[in-house]
Amino acid sequence: MLEISVISLSLVLMLADMFVPAERRRFIGYAAIAALGVLLVTSLSGNGSCGQFGTAFGGMFINDALSLFFKQLFIVAAILVLFMAAEFSDKLAEGSVAEYYSLILFALAGMLFAASANDFTMLFVSIELITITFYILVSFQRNKLQSLEAGVKYLILGALSSAFMVFGIALIWGTTGELNFNNLAQFLAKTPEVAASQIFFLGVLLVLVGLGFKIAAFPFQIWAPDVYQGAPTPTTAFLAIGSKAAGFVLLLRVLFTAVPSVTAHWANLLIIISGGTILYGNLCAIPQRNLKRLLGYSSIAHAGYLLLGVAALSASGQSALLYYLAGYVFTVMAAFFVITLVMRHLASEDISSLAGLHQRSPLLAAALTIAMVSLAGIPPLAGFFGKFLLLKAVVETAQLTNNHGYYCLAFTALIGVVLSLYYYFGVVRAIYWSKEAGNFSAIELSSPAKLSLWVCIAGIFWLGLFPNAVLNITQLAATALGK
Amino acid sequence: MSILTYIAGWPLLAALALVLVPRNYRVIIRVIAVLATLISAVLAVKMFAQFVPGAIGFQFEQQIPWATSLGISYHVGVDGLNVGLILMGAIVAFAAALCSWEIQTREKEFYILLLVMTGGILGAFASLDLFFFYFLHELALVPTFIMIGVWGRGEKKNYATFQITLYLSIGALIALIGLIALYLQSGANTFDMPKIIEHASTNPLSVNAQRFIFPLLLFGLGILVSLWPFHSWAPLGYGVAPSPTAMLHAGVLKKFGLYGLIRIALPLLPQGINSPVLSSTSVTRFFIGALPEHTQHWLLSLGWMDFLALLCVGNILYVGLVAMRQKDLNLLIGNSSVAHMGFIFLGIASLNLIGVTGAVLIMIAHGFLAALTFALSGYIYKQTGTLQISELGGFCRKLPFIGTALLMAAMAGCGLPGFANFVGEATVFFGAWKTFPTVTVIALWGALVIGGIYMTRAIRNILHGPLPEKWDSLADASDAWRKLPYALLLVCLLVFGFVPKLLTEKINPDVQKIVALATGNAVVAVEEGVPAANLVAKNK
Repeated sequence: MLEISVISLSLVLMLADMFVPAERRRFIGYAAIAALGVLLVTSLSGNGSCGQFGTAFGGMFINDALSLFFKQLFIVAAILVLFMAAEFSDKLAEGSVAEYYSLILFALAGMLFAASANDFTMLFVSIELITITFYILVSFQRNKLQSLEAGVKYLILGALSSAFMVFGIALIWGTTGELNFNNLAQFLAKTPEVAASQIFFLGVLLVLVGLGFKIAAFPFQIWAPDVYQGAPTPTTAFLAIGSKAAGFVLLLRVLFTAVPSVTAHWANLLIIISGGTILYGNLCAIPQRNLKRLLGYSSIAHAGYLLLGVAALSASGQSALLYYLAGYVFTVMAAFFVITLVMRHLASEDISSLAGLHQRSPLLAAALTIAMVSLAGIPPLAGFFGKFLLLKAVVETAQLTNNHGYYCLAFTALIGVVLSLYYYFGVVRAIYWSKEAGNFSAIELSSPAKLSLWVCIAGIFWLGLFPNAVLNITQLAATALGK
Repeated sequence: MSILTYIAGWPLLAALALVLVPRNYRVIIRVIAVLATLISAVLAVKMFAQFVPGAIGFQFEQQIPWATSLGISYHVGVDGLNVGLILMGAIVAFAAALCSWEIQTREKEFYILLLVMTGGILGAFASLDLFFFYFLHELALVPTFIMIGVWGRGEKKNYATFQITLYLSIGALIALIGLIALYLQSGANTFDMPKIIEHASTNPLSVNAQRFIFPLLLFGLGILVSLWPFHSWAPLGYGVAPSPTAMLHAGVLKKFGLYGLIRIALPLLPQGINSPVLSSTSVTRFFIGALPEHTQHWLLSLGWMDFLALLCVGNILYVGLVAMRQKDLNLLIGNSSVAHMGFIFLGIASLNLIGVTGAVLIMIAHGFLAALTFALSGYIYKQTGTLQISELGGFCRKLPFIGTALLMAAMAGCGLPGFANFVGEATVFFGAWKTFPTVTVIALWGALVIGGIYMTRAIRNILHGPLPEKWDSLADASDAWRKLPYALLLVCLLVFGFVPKLLTEKINPDVQKIVALATGNAVVAVEEGVPAANLVAKNK
């Protein structure tokens, strides 16, 4: 099983840490990448246990098209983050990089469990595995005050949201006596009076609060910019992709497998959360000058776009969400990779430090530009097709349900897109047309770094220009939810 | 592979090739860009010549499935509606590439963006798939913003970039919502335009859906075409844009919105077009209740096409008067270009064969004309560094070629017979007279009197009179390459002005089909004044 392999891999890494001399520990990462690569290839080829769909551990653990999609997404993200961490290793404390690698793998294991969670206990355990690992990953630069501050903030708010979630799970269990998602759905269908009870509603709502924290949805987004800014860049990247995607897979499972009857009544709530998240993220991103902080706000905005797919309450919305996430992985990874490489020798992460990047390294400049343009949703890149699918899903639901809120949501999303053009192009402008004199020394790139940048760029173009293959997979995955 | 794929593909391919060329090989970069647009233009001429007027269905078609589960495919093809537009777009793009010698900084990026824009526009016009139609337009639109923001001139550069980005992005996105709604409502489960139209002929969209989608398309696409009162981005944006960008945007890209209205909105939303603007609900009655009885009645009976005709008055009269007051040549041209859009909208609003044919004619003629005037003003700006009309004067002595070209462009702009614009405007007036006599009278006044005043005044102040001493060093376009873009555009204007049949015989049969769908009449009475009947008969 994937999860067992990943956990043993991270244990092996910790052991290897003891035997490998400090100056060569960076290369442990490449071994881990190779191992993950093997896992990815096996899962893609359908060999091993990945292709076998079904449940295990009394229905707690499920393997279906949806979990397979997310597992592959997480592994791709982890591979790119490990590449990034290898580049970042000289900024970490002496000799601690192997520890960093193995923590990333632990977080990955948590995400893999989250993809397969079919039970509230499993949900909680996987979330905690992810979150606790991230507390350490965020504050990993122990000599940097900002990193520690971010860690403390993340810890306090994360613990609070976990507490909410446990309380919610307790209320759900107390009212229904079920923790398994499928059983819960059947129970609710049979006993509508429980499904309508206030306490049960409160329970579901509190679970949503916990998940809303993970995906940085409005109004639980307050931690995101600080933590994104303070954390080591590879951690930020993994937080932006892995943690968010894990939140979304759990959100999808809870809303559409466990409590579909409640979800159907919460269309307006989801519309408001989604619209609010889009507006908050985009409006707050406008004045930002720190690049990582800007991406923090932009990740809030993107959580809002992704929530469009949830709010649409339809299979096409879920499939659009998955497609958007797939594009988002490559885009955000490309952006953070460039930040890692450009800013590892600089004290500031200000946008102005990008000045002259196109002369220092055309590849980095191109990668960051493509990432920004894709995030802004401009053809022919992945972000455009993803946003198109999400908008289509929302308008579709609007016409089916005749709920005017959906039209408002679609227009809110449009306003968000227009607003976002401003700050994304601000970054592009800083790269190519900044007048400030900067450092014009060329940036040396290692070949693994070049490789991963090319992979990201290829991924962004591939998802924008040839959507057919991935679209079929996401549609298949979305149907798995309805069952 | 269809010739259309090559026409749109060469510029895009050249843009990719330019990425690999080092930035200090300036001559090579320029040659690649000019060559790619030249190939496109030659292919477009070839396609235009081979086009069979009045043939059934689309010609030079090509279809490749893209996202099968959504029914999106790469589908290109031409009929009478877009064949002229593609020809015009390709020629203007070639002229714009030639005029790009005025760009002296960061040529590589500029040419890449110019080529992407060219490929995007030509592709959008050729596309018969709703998704690619939008996708390729957006691909062309974004480089416009970057080009204006980076290579724009003057102090208002940032403000203008900001405004044009905001207006056009919002317009495009509103249109996107309309297109998505159209796709969903049609029930055909495909983005393929011919299939949607065919499907709609048996299962028309519900009246409610049509009434809701049509305004989205009208205003979304209208903003892109600077429909009054959403026009203020246009003069400002063109005023600061580098001239190749202004040529391509004002000449070609802007026509996308009009083309979309004729191609998509008219045939698919016939009831949306004819439905009243205000529905008689309690809310509307509350707002208009205080007005006199007959005004209320008039307001409630106002259809979308009547409303559009009223907005045209804004374009033609209001913006025409604004143009009269301009002191900057580029702002004057920009405003006059907005005013010209009014004639096209009037042609569409008239909803008959003659009017819509005229609208398509002006779209093509105005493409050449706008490109020509912006190219000329760019030349003057490059030489003088200013476009303030009061500082210029007597240029015909120093710049005989450019001066003459400008004079001819100005004459074309106020609708002198012999130029393609006259044919289009006259046709629109014939068509619109039956439906909107009052508006047509105003439009005539706007075209002949107001247009005449600002154009001749500009000519007098720029080309005649004493030559200020500081302009002693001005140099005319000397060699053939420099003259080529201006000459080419002028020749096109004159050719289509003297032989409009080249266009009308192609446009007519297809416009007839669209008008038939839009008005709900299977057979459209052929109206007097235009030799449509002969053409149709000849083609049979």
